[in-house]
Amino acid sequence: MLLGENHKTESASGAWGRQVVVLEPHHGWRELGLGEIWAHRELLYFFIWRDLKVRYKQTAFGAAWAVLQPVLLMLVFSASLGRLPGVGPVGLPYPLFVFAGLVPWTLFSSSLTGASNSLVVGEAIITKVYFPRLLLPFASVGSFLLDFVISLGALAVVMLYFGAVPSLAIVWLPALTLMAVVTALGVGTFLAAVNVRYRDVKYVLPFLVQVWMFASPVVYTSTLIPAEWHVIYALNPMTGVVAGFRWALVGGPRPDDLIFVSAVAAVLVLLGSLVYFRRVERTFADVI
Amino acid sequence: MDEIAISASGLAKKYRIGLRRDPYGRLSESLWNALTYPLRRRTGEDREDDFWALRDVSFEVPRGSVVGVIGRNGAGKSTLLKIMSRITEPTLGRAELHGRVGSLLEVGTGFHQELTGRDNIFLSGAILGMKRAEILRKFDEIVAFADIGQFLDTPVKRYSSGMKVRLGFAVAAFLEPEILFIDEVLAVGDAEFQKKCLGKMSEIGEGGRTVIFVSHSMPAILRLCDRAILLDRGRVVVDGPTHEAVRRYLESGPGRTSSREWTDPATAPGDDVARLRSVRVVPDGGGPAEEIDIRRPIDIEVEYWTEAPGDLRPSVNLHFYNDEGVCLFINNDWMDRRWWSASRRPGLVRAVCHIPGNFLAEGRVIVTSVVSTYNPTIVHASEQEAVAFVVVDRSEGDGVRGVYANEFPGVVRPMLDWDVEQVSEAVAGRS
Repeated sequence: MLLGENHKTESASGAWGRQVVVLEPHHGWRELGLGEIWAHRELLYFFIWRDLKVRYKQTAFGAAWAVLQPVLLMLVFSASLGRLPGVGPVGLPYPLFVFAGLVPWTLFSSSLTGASNSLVVGEAIITKVYFPRLLLPFASVGSFLLDFVISLGALAVVMLYFGAVPSLAIVWLPALTLMAVVTALGVGTFLAAVNVRYRDVKYVLPFLVQVWMFASPVVYTSTLIPAEWHVIYALNPMTGVVAGFRWALVGGPRPDDLIFVSAVAAVLVLLGSLVYFRRVERTFADVI
Repeated sequence: MDEIAISASGLAKKYRIGLRRDPYGRLSESLWNALTYPLRRRTGEDREDDFWALRDVSFEVPRGSVVGVIGRNGAGKSTLLKIMSRITEPTLGRAELHGRVGSLLEVGTGFHQELTGRDNIFLSGAILGMKRAEILRKFDEIVAFADIGQFLDTPVKRYSSGMKVRLGFAVAAFLEPEILFIDEVLAVGDAEFQKKCLGKMSEIGEGGRTVIFVSHSMPAILRLCDRAILLDRGRVVVDGPTHEAVRRYLESGPGRTSSREWTDPATAPGDDVARLRSVRVVPDGGGPAEEIDIRRPIDIEVEYWTEAPGDLRPSVNLHFYNDEGVCLFINNDWMDRRWWSASRRPGLVRAVCHIPGNFLAEGRVIVTSVVSTYNPTIVHASEQEAVAFVVVDRSEGDGVRGVYANEFPGVVRPMLDWDVEQVSEAVAGRS
């Protein structure tokens, strides 16, 4: 029988043409259920809309934080690390360099934090109504995409100020953004599922994000890392994202190797996380 | 042909009590368990800390019927509902639901306090399974049903609890699932609104919708359901006509004791505003409280702790039911006007309700004890069927019954004042 965990119309006894939902225990691994996510896309939209509305409503500066966060970090790093010789590439103003890295990084770090907490925050509805649980971390990541678009505007202003003109490589931007989203989704859904049972995630997360930033070429140039280490370095998907972002916007040699390894790593991380998420999903309402 | 809407066979649900006690496991524990895993016995048998919330539950529901699910606290009603509404998976067994499923396990599912009533209608509607177009189409009706008028664009956090309940129910009332699961949601809101909701639910049943309705309210179950399932410790005890299930429910369980006490505040029913300490039946002049002569006055004594009353005025409500689940009457401690207007301090409060002798009818009387506040209406502590006692009429001649020994109907048997006199000695038509 095809009647798995998804809503499927029973065609065999199609006399009534009704939807049939089968409830039964599942053991072990399950398919990803992406069809069900698609069927619930309107709810995904409503969750994103809710997250945005609440976030912008509860803060005095609202959407301005999307810009303020990377801008403040840019100022801090420019005043500190940026003064050291050799941290940034030659011939590129450090503030511009670091800001081009901070914009994708902020997308990743906010999305990751939001997604990791999404299930715990949504406890009330998880225990009261059924919907594909993956929608919560997905929506969380989705809601930070708007912040990201706003911060791209700020990036354009900074580029204009430094007189930087992007090359045709800019067409790669959407693909690199997607890579950041895939990474945030991957790590975020995994941590969200772990967080349901182990609230330790809440304490690990800020630390993880900080360490991760220094493991990615956000505040320093990736050329500081010897070429023979690049494959290992790029296993961190954000390495390829940040290096690629900078290349697409302010030029320099194309970090082919980094982007390729990172893209593969990002997809694998997401797949692994989704599989894990689906495996433990059925216990969420019982243990949250 | 009767179409089957729901069929369940052998549903069971096991919880690990350890998990429930400490839902936020520690990573270190888990790592330790993983390390010692190969050393432990790997058998499928039950562990000591396993708890079966539901066992071998099977039933079928034809399309269009309204079925009640009743049972004591912990009988498995909520677990069954959670499985049927796909919130959790059964440990064993299988169920099939034929049709679009909706569930209503609380009022205002998915409400966000910061968002306006308008936003929340969309949000809650979508979470409960409505399409955007559907919500748009029904929007005006929902607003009218909720009766929130000018507060539509006010954040829900500023709503009174009554308004929140109305809005939440209004959204749910316009769901159009073919199968609907409803939990106890009618236990909230004012009486007027409850009536409106019950009316709406009756409509739902008539609309060919299949409804599974979990409730503690026997009158509601009796009125709405043509069939009921009685659960006891996770098993189906009765699956049949509503009145039979209700009778069995009322005959069983802890509703037989005349005195309840909670010595540990941590497990007593209630919250910081009010937590029950004891409920007692005390017959006038003492003596056994299980069986009380109809002529004797009876005190119902409720004690509760209050830690943080704030500006709230907790008030004890007592609900009296007979064996058939009919509510005899309700009373409230605001009858003590002095106490009602006094400001409340933390500590232990005792409220005693005096029931005169020669007032209750004979038979079993079951008392539900609730401590609640008004404005906002919040139930802080509630114990369904906290105590019970049996009123006996020995027909010794000085009661209402006199020496009449046959069936004597009526839910109360008050001894009322009568004035009877001879008006004249003339008989009509004669002189």
